[in-house]
Amino acid sequence: MSDSVVRASVTTSLSVWRGSTQEEGHVEIYEVPFEEGMSVLDALRWIRTHVDPSLAIRYSCINANACHTCMALVDGVVEYTCTARLTSAGASVAPLPKRAVVRDLVTDTVPADEKLNFDA
Amino acid sequence: MTHLTTDVLVVGAGGAGMYAAISAAREGRSVLLLDKGLVGRGGATIMAQMTVAAAIAHEEPDDWTLHLEDTLEAGRGLCHEPLSAMLCARAPARILDMDRWGTRWAREGGHIKQVTAPGHRRKRCCYIDFLSTGPAVAATLRHQVGSAERIRRLSNVAAIEVCVADGRVRGAVALDLSTGSLTTIAAPAVVLAAGGLTKIFRRSSASTNMGGEAYWLALEAGAELVDMEFVQFFPIAHLAPRLVGMDPIMWDPFRYKLGGRLLNGRFEEFIHRYGGEDDGRYTAPRDLASYAILKEVEAGRGSPHGGVYLDFRHIPEDQLRSAFGPVIDRLLANGIDLTRMPVEVAPTAHYHMGGIAVDERLETRVEGLFAAGEAVGGAGGANRVSGNAITEALVFGERAGYFAAAAAGAGTGWSPTYAEPARAELETLRQRKGVGPAPGAVQLKLQDLMWEHAGPFRSGEGLERAAAAIGDLREQLPDLAISGGDVFNLDVQDYYELKAMLRCAEAVVVSALQRVESRGAHQRLDAPQMSAAFERNQLVSLDGRTGPTTPALCSRWRSVVRSEVRSA
Repeated sequence: MSDSVVRASVTTSLSVWRGSTQEEGHVEIYEVPFEEGMSVLDALRWIRTHVDPSLAIRYSCINANACHTCMALVDGVVEYTCTARLTSAGASVAPLPKRAVVRDLVTDTVPADEKLNFDA
Repeated sequence: MTHLTTDVLVVGAGGAGMYAAISAAREGRSVLLLDKGLVGRGGATIMAQMTVAAAIAHEEPDDWTLHLEDTLEAGRGLCHEPLSAMLCARAPARILDMDRWGTRWAREGGHIKQVTAPGHRRKRCCYIDFLSTGPAVAATLRHQVGSAERIRRLSNVAAIEVCVADGRVRGAVALDLSTGSLTTIAAPAVVLAAGGLTKIFRRSSASTNMGGEAYWLALEAGAELVDMEFVQFFPIAHLAPRLVGMDPIMWDPFRYKLGGRLLNGRFEEFIHRYGGEDDGRYTAPRDLASYAILKEVEAGRGSPHGGVYLDFRHIPEDQLRSAFGPVIDRLLANGIDLTRMPVEVAPTAHYHMGGIAVDERLETRVEGLFAAGEAVGGAGGANRVSGNAITEALVFGERAGYFAAAAAGAGTGWSPTYAEPARAELETLRQRKGVGPAPGAVQLKLQDLMWEHAGPFRSGEGLERAAAAIGDLREQLPDLAISGGDVFNLDVQDYYELKAMLRCAEAVVVSALQRVESRGAHQRLDAPQMSAAFERNQLVSLDGRTGPTTPALCSRWRSVVRSEVRSA
């Protein structure tokens, strides 16, 4: 998150799905500072560092669209949250629909043979 | 607690870790390859979108000894010369391996295309169009790792301790982020390939998960770190407008190719005020460019977001399109039209020359503990020449895997008691109800203070202040709030990352304080000249530690390790 985003006085709202299985969860709404051009991931990371660090998200390269690990459902469409632009109208973010939920926006995108309990 | 056994454990699955795994498996060893994120998708490699230097001489006559000369020259007298020689001598074979494995190097008329990059006297740098080098290298290695027998990959598993007994590696303890449980790993050889510490700075061009874990794990295991004061800052990283889907240091090759103008907030050229010669080619070295930019900002002549302008408006549109290729459309999608507007750029933390002190077998002073890639300290000395970072991942990865495989024959002796301290710490962490800030919030504070006092320009006074502030943050560790839930608890991951970041910050600051001169990437405003007395390497360790709470990082000086092989 750039310093300028923190300085912005305009805010927008982000509806974020929270839960531990696809069936059971709830939506929480967060007010986040808004600056033109910011990504959905910027807003999610801002929430983690300023409001609720327990929000689980998956990302690595941040905004370069190189690692391809930050996928989620943004306003009903599968997107990389790092390149999905947030608008002043806000957005709703939910976990990928066809994957098992690990926690909040983190879904099970780890290949089966890269899991610790694979051959346990 | 799960318990695993392997011949070679590799920590970190970027380019270096993946290559180390391939190499050790090729020697017949079983390999366990861990990454705290997803295998082959995190770390520095995937973000390295530029070039890979190797004297394959496809473009013009070249020799690895010339590559070595360029590397040593950029290193300003501090390179560990045998490591630099290994890097340059073995680079061509690695490029050709990758070619055979399907990496689509840019080609022209049947040969691999090579270009010059700053600091190289020959056209030596291989790449993949356009700005796709790192992701393509990572994809090739992911495929190789995935199809190799004997390599087991684990994603979202972070090593939190390397276990050592009687001066020899015994294995490691790791945290499985997806369940929150610990696993123990018996391994007679461990390769640390989770290098890079850009995350300790507010502005950074690398992946966000690079908190310096390799350095922290090595220190705690009893190894030494070298040249920790040498953090490379990249002068013209993208600052504004907000750019997504691109590497923040993408502007460099285009600037060299097209002659992008650097202008201050008043749209005046300024490099010449600081002794640089621009002559339309914009060849000012990185340290001078960074200095000039920060001085303009300090004088109130910066761009709106605190950098300077990079302007391509004087370049005809067809030339822009031919040089930038499809990148120009990606820029347009970001609302950036280079024919109509300049962008804002500023220095950013980019790479770490320092790292784990190893010998010519990539082994630390702890038997069985190896390092690979950016985690290795010394090959770049005071300043890494551009294009050598992925080379380092490939060459040191291959060598570390090879030597680790040889060391793994020693067998191990694992005792469950090795994991006891780590288990107790995690247990305590889980019971936190949380009075203090979350670890992620403390990370931000650390990033700010490191940027302010230990960034591109330093002073004794600022570094002293940084040292004190790091100490204060360290004292908060026992009081940090950790939220509930074992599954994918990022607070727990942030906590271990913060521990690593604090140790690395301390190592950078302690080393920078002792080096009272300016050399390469280490620039002290209170000691602006390079001094012959400091043509030495500095090593830090925890040798002085007497108890769990003593802040006992100590440093010593060592003569530079020279090599016989210097020139063709």
